[in-house]
Amino acid sequence: MSHTTEFLDIAGCRTEVRRGGSGAPLLFLHGAGGNPDWLPFMETLAQSHDVIAPSHPGFGQSDAPDWFDGIDDVAHFYLEFIETLDLEGVHLVGSSLGGWIAAEIALRNPTRLATLTLAAAAGIQVKGAPMADVFLWSDEERTRNLYFDQSLAEAQLAQPLSPEAGDIAIKNRFASARLAWNPRFHNPQLRKWIHRITLPTMIVWGKEDRVFPEPYAHAYKELLPQAELRILPDCGHLPQIEKTAEFVDAVRAIAA
Amino acid sequence: MKFFSFHLMPYGPLDIEAADKHLSSWVVLPNEMYDPKAGAKLYNRYLDELELADELGFDGICVNEHHQTAYGLMPAPNLLAGALARRTSNAKIVILGRALPLVNNPLTIAEEYAMLDNLSGGRVICGFVRGIGAEYHASGINPTESHDRFHEAHDLIIAAWTKPGPFAWEGKYFNTRYVNTWPRVYQQPHPPVWIPSQGSGETIEWAAHPDRKYPFVITFSPADSVMKFLKLYQDQAEAYGYTATSGQLGWALPIYVAETDAIAQKEARPHIEAMFNNFLRMPLEMLLPPGYTSIESMKRILEQKKGVTTERMTLERILELDIALIGSADTVRQKIAHYSAEVPFENLVTMLQFGTLPADLTRKNIELFAADVMPHLRGLSTDAPAEPAATAV
Repeated sequence: MSHTTEFLDIAGCRTEVRRGGSGAPLLFLHGAGGNPDWLPFMETLAQSHDVIAPSHPGFGQSDAPDWFDGIDDVAHFYLEFIETLDLEGVHLVGSSLGGWIAAEIALRNPTRLATLTLAAAAGIQVKGAPMADVFLWSDEERTRNLYFDQSLAEAQLAQPLSPEAGDIAIKNRFASARLAWNPRFHNPQLRKWIHRITLPTMIVWGKEDRVFPEPYAHAYKELLPQAELRILPDCGHLPQIEKTAEFVDAVRAIAA
Repeated sequence: MKFFSFHLMPYGPLDIEAADKHLSSWVVLPNEMYDPKAGAKLYNRYLDELELADELGFDGICVNEHHQTAYGLMPAPNLLAGALARRTSNAKIVILGRALPLVNNPLTIAEEYAMLDNLSGGRVICGFVRGIGAEYHASGINPTESHDRFHEAHDLIIAAWTKPGPFAWEGKYFNTRYVNTWPRVYQQPHPPVWIPSQGSGETIEWAAHPDRKYPFVITFSPADSVMKFLKLYQDQAEAYGYTATSGQLGWALPIYVAETDAIAQKEARPHIEAMFNNFLRMPLEMLLPPGYTSIESMKRILEQKKGVTTERMTLERILELDIALIGSADTVRQKIAHYSAEVPFENLVTMLQFGTLPADLTRKNIELFAADVMPHLRGLSTDAPAEPAATAV
């Protein structure tokens, strides 16, 4: 399966977009770590869906426009993205920060959306179970803390970043801080109205997630009672990488 | 040359061995490690040291702002500036400086400085800083907004001081229907604004602008960096079409004077090393949260991967770099004269207590500096003051 990388102008933002596959549109929203490549889970999903994986404003090779201040801006940007590409029946899949964005989009305007998948999603605060302070992690700590299987972390640590990738990493951290420094990776208002999301919803979470621990998955399930909740054992913060098969299963279960 | 005595007011009795087990002496160091009985004595000792400097003829005494750290115990420096204002009548009272981005309402800074200006009869010098990276972790203020909040807060404070109130301020970060500061400032058009910095092209470009001409004080940097950035300020002024006076330039650094070089080095060593290695120590993620510096600056810093706060400091390295001047009065005098000859700077901001330096050595340092260094250097770097910038918004 081949994929393309192109640059689209959406809301005045030159936006990097990877796309591959055919079928119903599946919009994958990446996390704070960015959108470095067309990854194996995208390739697998592309067998059943038209997978669209943009880099958010401020991230990757996308511009950081003047209006890029907060999560609200990114949510509206994606509504415009969906309209500009004239997508309908979109299966929205968000990882971590991308999950938070997905919830915000779905809350604002579900007209062109079909389903919602929240994978280890940011967006809410669970009192008494604080999330990790990712902004104090060193690069090595971050890599180790993302995965349950430390051999995945070791493999990643063994490959030094290219200068270009290093530059993008700095840019991505800047953009993440812009969106998520305080309130830390959540919108305190989301809990008040999230019940208005009635889309079929899948919540998928790694049981050993060290960024948003398991209680966050259950908190989301409480807020979205229609959702199916799948907690994957022996899995950290990135189920799409660490448990690709189970992750794809979960997405396909809802986004058939 | 003018001489200022600057204090950081560190928590000297810190259990350093225990502190080193934590990530840093900033932000996450448990505050159970602070003993109020010891701290209460420290505040009064440190104020005594600043008052001594005033008695001995220093041109100004300086306090400083830091939060949630053993490195400096003044989260609210203006309180101590107020205490000093009543106990002194000669020295300038310098707050070096208030961290503008860290407050939700910059008018409180405008108001406090105005009060101090009145209380001191016009002796206050107002430092404006962005705050150190760690303080964005401590306060929750977004570091990606640091520069923009600083600039808008600065503009609002200057307007509050110089534009007749009430007026509205409709900014991006601060939006208020009534800006109408009582009291008004004593000094006209407003108290001097100083900009401490570790050296930044953008800050120099802004501070040296003809509308501002803010004195620029390089802090805690190797001497050749200091010279480089002061020259950059001078060049920037020329590019703007004027010649910077030496009064627009300053250097803030720890200084330790003793009977001989050997004695000075021996006495200062444990305390200056503690200051850098135990009190200032913090990981890069704490020092430089994302957005605190521009993406370009961050790239450059990571390429070098070191700095005063992340590498382990020894006295030898400190002496090699002249980050601090440590020696006999002769040695210290000659070094200051040497650097002043390279770039004439009027404002020498001396930090005569540092880290764990005890009271007796601090007092000796202050007295020796005042008696054997200061009088010999007064004649340096005096040029006729330029017309002050008329800064009104």
